[in-house]
Amino acid sequence: MFSYCADPDTLSGLTWLSCYLTTGKHMAFYVSFGTVLLLLAITAPTALLFGFGGAAAARARFFPLRWVGKAYISVVRGVPDIAFFLFFVIALDQGFEWLRHKVKCPDWDQPIRQGSDFVVCDAAKLPLGNAAQWVHETYGFFLAVLTFAIVFGAFAANVLFGAMRAVPHAQLETAEAYGMTQRQTFWRILVPQMWVYALPGLSNLWMVLIKATPLLFLLGVEDIVYWARELGGTKTPRFTDYPHGDWRMWYFLVLLIFYLAFTRVSEVVLDRVMKKLTHGQATAGGEAQRKAA
Amino acid sequence: MSCWETLADYALRSVGIGERLLPRSDFTICQQVVLIGSGMIWNVYFGVLALCSGFFLATAVALGKASHSVWLRKPSEWFIFIFRGSPLFIQFFFAYFLFLSLKQVAPIFTPFTSAWAGALVVLFLNTAAYSGEIFYGALLSIPKGDTEAADAYGFSGWARFRRIIWPTMLRLAWPAYTNEAIFLFHATTLVFFSGFPAQQQRGDALYYANYFADKTFNPFIPYPILAGYFILLTLLLIGLFGLVNRRLNRHLPRERRAKVRFRPNVIR
Repeated sequence: MFSYCADPDTLSGLTWLSCYLTTGKHMAFYVSFGTVLLLLAITAPTALLFGFGGAAAARARFFPLRWVGKAYISVVRGVPDIAFFLFFVIALDQGFEWLRHKVKCPDWDQPIRQGSDFVVCDAAKLPLGNAAQWVHETYGFFLAVLTFAIVFGAFAANVLFGAMRAVPHAQLETAEAYGMTQRQTFWRILVPQMWVYALPGLSNLWMVLIKATPLLFLLGVEDIVYWARELGGTKTPRFTDYPHGDWRMWYFLVLLIFYLAFTRVSEVVLDRVMKKLTHGQATAGGEAQRKAA
Repeated sequence: MSCWETLADYALRSVGIGERLLPRSDFTICQQVVLIGSGMIWNVYFGVLALCSGFFLATAVALGKASHSVWLRKPSEWFIFIFRGSPLFIQFFFAYFLFLSLKQVAPIFTPFTSAWAGALVVLFLNTAAYSGEIFYGALLSIPKGDTEAADAYGFSGWARFRRIIWPTMLRLAWPAYTNEAIFLFHATTLVFFSGFPAQQQRGDALYYANYFADKTFNPFIPYPILAGYFILLTLLLIGLFGLVNRRLNRHLPRERRAKVRFRPNVIR
C-alpha cells in the first residue's frame, strides 16, 4: 500500500505493522466486516417481514392459515439453534435444485438420491457449474441471508404476535364502532400502535441477531471469523513477506472488541428510540416520562 | 449388522469406548440415532457441570453488581457486559487460542486446549454472566416488605442473606433461570465448531449429526434426530426445574406461584 512497503524484510516496528496491516488479505479482512454489516442490513428487514407475515398469519381468521403461522412460530423456536442453521443451508440448496430439476428436466428418469449422492441434471445445478466465482459466493451469501431470515423471522413473529395482542382492545372496538372494516382496523389502528409494545422484544432480537452473525462462518461464507483464523495462523518466511507466530488470539480479541462495541452502541441507540416511542403513550413508560417532565 | 451390535459398538463412542472407526458408508438410521445419542453425553457433561459451577459465580456476581462498593460493582458489571455483549462463538475461539498461547508459557494450561476443560471454562463463565444478570434483576425486585420484616425480626448479615434474600431471589429468578439453563444446553452444541478439536472424532451430538449430513449429503435424517434428542433434554430440564420451582414456591398461596414458561431463545 505504502511506497516503503516494497521490501518488508528491512522494516521494523510501526512501519512494519502499517505495511502488514494493509496487505491485500488484510483488506479482504476489513471488507468482511462489511459483509457482516451487509448481512445485518439485509437480514433485519427481511426477518421483520417474515415475522410480520408469521404474526399476521397466526391471528388470521382463516384457520389453515392460522395453523401455518402458529406452526412456523413454534417449530422454529422449539428446535436448537445452530442445528437449524446447518440444516437449512443444505436443505434450502437441495430444495431449490430439486425444484429447478423438476421444471428444467422433466424427462429425467433416475432417482435424485443415489446412495450418498444428490444428483440433479446439469441445467438444474445452482449455481451453474460454469458460473463465475462471485456467483458462487453471492449464492452462498443469499442462502445464509435466507436461513437467518427464516430463523429470526420466527422469533420476530412471536414478538409481533404478542405486541398485536397487547394493543388495548378498546382501540380496536372504537375503530369498529366508527365503521372500519377488518382490514382497515388492522392497517390503520393495530399496526401503527403495536410498535411500542414490540420494541423491547425486537431490540432484544437485534442484539441476538448481532451475536449470531459469526455463525456465517459455519454457513461457508468468508466472514470475519474465516479471515481471523486465516490471517492469524503462523506464517513462515517461505510463503509470505510478513512472517509471524500464531497471532490468532489477537485477531479474535479484535473481533471480541468489535462485537462488544457494536452491541454497546446498539444498546444506547435502542434506548433512545424507546424513549422517543414511549413519549405520549398510555403505557407505564409513557406515564413515567409525563411525570418526570 | 444388527442394531444391538451397533449400540454395543457406538453407544459410548464419543468418550472413546467401543469401535474406533466411524461408519463410512451404508449408514443406517440405527447408526445415526446411536452415534448422535452418544454425542449427547458431551452436551450433558458440558451443560450440567457449567450450570452447577456457574450457579455459584452467578450468585456472587449478582451480589457484586448490587453492592454499594465500587470495587465490587464495577468488576461485576464489566464481567457481565463482556460475556453478554459478545458472541459465545467468538468467546470459544478466543479462549482456545488464548489457551494455546498460554500453553507455550506454562504447561499447566495443556488440558485447557482440549474441549473437556477449555470449553467448560468458557461455558462456566458465560452462564455465570447470563445468570448473574438474571439474579441481579431478581435481587432488585425483592419486595421491600420482605427485607423490612427480616430487619424487624433482627436478621442480619449471613443469616439475613441465607434465610430471606437468597431464597426470595431464587424464587423470583427461577422461571428466567430455567430458560437460561435450556439455552446453555443448546449452546453446548457450538463447542466442537469453534476451534476446540474433536480428538479421534469424539464429538458432541451436533458434531456427529454434521458428520452424517456431510457424508450422506442428506440433512433430513440426522438433524431431525438431533432435534428429537434436544426436545427430550429440554422437556427433562423443564421437569427438573419445575420440581425445584415447586419447592421454592411451596410457602405461597397457589394462585401467586410463578409458573415456569418455556420461552426458548436463539444463539447467545
